[in-house]
Amino acid sequence: MRIGIIGKAGLASLLALGIWASIWGSASAGTLDDIKARGVLHCGTGPGLAGFSLPSSSGEWIGFDVDFCRAIAAAIFGDPKAVKFTPLTAQERFTALQSGEVDVLSRNTTWTFSRDVNLGLEFAGVTYYDGQGFLVREDLGVKAAGDLDGARICIDSGTTTELNLADYFRTHGLEFDSVIVKGADDARSNYDAESCDSYTTDVSGLASIRASLPDPENHIILDEVISKEPLGLIVRHGDSEWGDVVRWVRNAVILAEELGINSGNVEKMSASSNPEVRRLLGTEGDFGSQLGLEKEWAARTIRLVGNYGEIFERNVGKDTELGLERGLNALWNNGGILFAPPMR
Amino acid sequence: MKMRLVLSFVRPGAKPDPTFADAHCAGPGSNLAISYGLQHLGPGPAQQRFTPQRIRGDDEKKSNFIHMPLSLSTLWTDKKKRSLLIQTAVIVALVLFAWTVISNTATNLEKRGIASGIGFLSQPAGFDIVQTLVPWEMSMSHGRVLLIGILNTLLVSVLGIIAATIIGVLMGIARLSDNWLLAKLAATYVEVLRNLPLLLQVYFWYGLTLMWPKVRDSFDIGGVIFVNNRGIELPVPQFQDGAGIVLGALLAAMIGAGLFWHLAGRSAEREERPLPRGLICAGLVIGVPLLAALAQGFPWTWDVPVRKGFNYRGGLSVLPSLVALWFALSTYTACYIAEAVRSGIQSVSRGQHEAALSLGLKPSWTMRLIILPQALRVIVPQLISQYLNLVKNSSLAVAIGYPEIMSVFAGTSLSQTGQAIEIILITMVFYLTVSLTISFFMNIYNRRVALRGEAGQ
Repeated sequence: MRIGIIGKAGLASLLALGIWASIWGSASAGTLDDIKARGVLHCGTGPGLAGFSLPSSSGEWIGFDVDFCRAIAAAIFGDPKAVKFTPLTAQERFTALQSGEVDVLSRNTTWTFSRDVNLGLEFAGVTYYDGQGFLVREDLGVKAAGDLDGARICIDSGTTTELNLADYFRTHGLEFDSVIVKGADDARSNYDAESCDSYTTDVSGLASIRASLPDPENHIILDEVISKEPLGLIVRHGDSEWGDVVRWVRNAVILAEELGINSGNVEKMSASSNPEVRRLLGTEGDFGSQLGLEKEWAARTIRLVGNYGEIFERNVGKDTELGLERGLNALWNNGGILFAPPMR
Repeated sequence: MKMRLVLSFVRPGAKPDPTFADAHCAGPGSNLAISYGLQHLGPGPAQQRFTPQRIRGDDEKKSNFIHMPLSLSTLWTDKKKRSLLIQTAVIVALVLFAWTVISNTATNLEKRGIASGIGFLSQPAGFDIVQTLVPWEMSMSHGRVLLIGILNTLLVSVLGIIAATIIGVLMGIARLSDNWLLAKLAATYVEVLRNLPLLLQVYFWYGLTLMWPKVRDSFDIGGVIFVNNRGIELPVPQFQDGAGIVLGALLAAMIGAGLFWHLAGRSAEREERPLPRGLICAGLVIGVPLLAALAQGFPWTWDVPVRKGFNYRGGLSVLPSLVALWFALSTYTACYIAEAVRSGIQSVSRGQHEAALSLGLKPSWTMRLIILPQALRVIVPQLISQYLNLVKNSSLAVAIGYPEIMSVFAGTSLSQTGQAIEIILITMVFYLTVSLTISFFMNIYNRRVALRGEAGQ
């Protein structure tokens, strides 16, 4: 009875189809629910950029980008350590986020049109306003980017800096040769061996590389900045609830600095009479549950990770090896452009 | 094929050595045995004698297929039906799997708003590529990037294959040398390089190129070649009127030399003192263009690299990453080719060598006419896979920024467009095409050097 055989095979295949369908089906619940069920946030960071994301001597990830992951974990779980970090190169980062390997990307990534629109990603706010600069040896006598005509320049492959550099030199009728490097380590060894005259990336990245050179005093970062690089947090398209959580954690740490709340005084401030402080810290209103979080989500984040100013100064600020000024990243009412919508 | 099978029947106690399993390789005793085995080959009763099982099995299958009982009870117990059932299930599962993967990918891409399709190939790329064999402007498309990547992959592969073959053959012969030092040096070379990961070797050579002199104290060879850690700057000829005649003369001389080599080769087999073919050919290839150049008054100038600003300008700059990758690929693959050559030569029985010498053949003739043609049967199939490996290993360029397909297309273009699935698929198709093409041509060559009788099977 061959029909019988085929029939049975068909039945078996229908069953298999059902199994497949159910596997794929269950994977598309809300990201926030998945994270809560899992008990740990999956966060994509850079593979090693001092000040932004680097494992410390004890194996703990530290840095500016890392702290934003910790801030999100603190808001969800009240535990800044409930994060699994996945170090990603410039080329891996978007695929990792698209495929769901990480829930959020906090990895000095520039917000651009094509990334926002074409890649199925959603930028959930800028954490660092940066611009592309050049690192050169002081003895080259280069004072501005225009002096680099004919120079050999190291660039990270797969970044916006690669495109900006091409645009800038084309616009100004200058020539350059490129040396493609893979990440900070490769850039440093090429630049240090003088295989390239200059290394170009976001100024924050240059500060990090410069600090790690054996003779930082002999290298300068040109004052001229050739692009806007708003670096931000990124989530996948299509899950706005999760996007809201990430966006408002970012906003909360900025608002906290604006309102004078820091990790030291957060308990005291929750008794404040300022209604915006009370709303932020959960003593008034119910903003937490609207996000799918607990009432004191922002208070926990500020207590455990700190406000924006604390995160900045701790990782990349004046007293660190990077020694970056707040510059554009100062609050809007303090000379910068850092701004968060009101908590209302 | 059948010959080997028969051999094992004829010599049940023989040492299982695959390279010796062919007809003419062993001593006089086994020669007898092989000719015995060959007598029983070919169509006719002998075949039935050696494969009675299979023939009976075929009959059985045929009859069962026609008179298959229509009963479910024997579905699992009957061997034929069980086999049919399992095969059907496997095929259905495979098709289902492929379909699920494809449809899920498509659905998810759409759901997440990720662009798909190959439209990106005509979008402007907007980045610089450091080495291009065809003209490149930053406003050109990602399709052009693909072409440049492919050409750069092919460049390093061809250079690597040539160098690896030369080093490999020399090392393989050196390992068999009677000179103790030479043999041990070759053995050390092979054992060290093939036991280190290739990626490590790529990094090693690249690290060395970074340690070359800095650009301001470039290593100067005669004022025309400069070596620094940004590249090897070479002078290139700039052709003027009349250069075409010299090039034509070179081409004609090469064709002529090839023809002469072929024709003289035939008569060389008959004559006692054949013409020195190599010498005459070399003379042709060098002499004729030289005469033409003299007649035209050397119609070219040299574009010599000159230090200007930050770098050398003019001439041809060979990337350190190309040099590093080329070195790494060719020295690494050469180990395996050396081993292939050694095994090929050793597979030819010592008796062949002795017989040739006793007939009074010169050692060089023995190698060229007796040993190598037989050794090639063993060497060529191994060479094919080593060439394939070299091409595929060239993708390690991604680690040192040499702009081949993995680096510029599956790297830079991928991260600029984000179209991972399409780009990876295109890249896979490229490697597959190159590998299958190499296989195809090498197999044609292999059929030519294979044992007659085995050919075409």
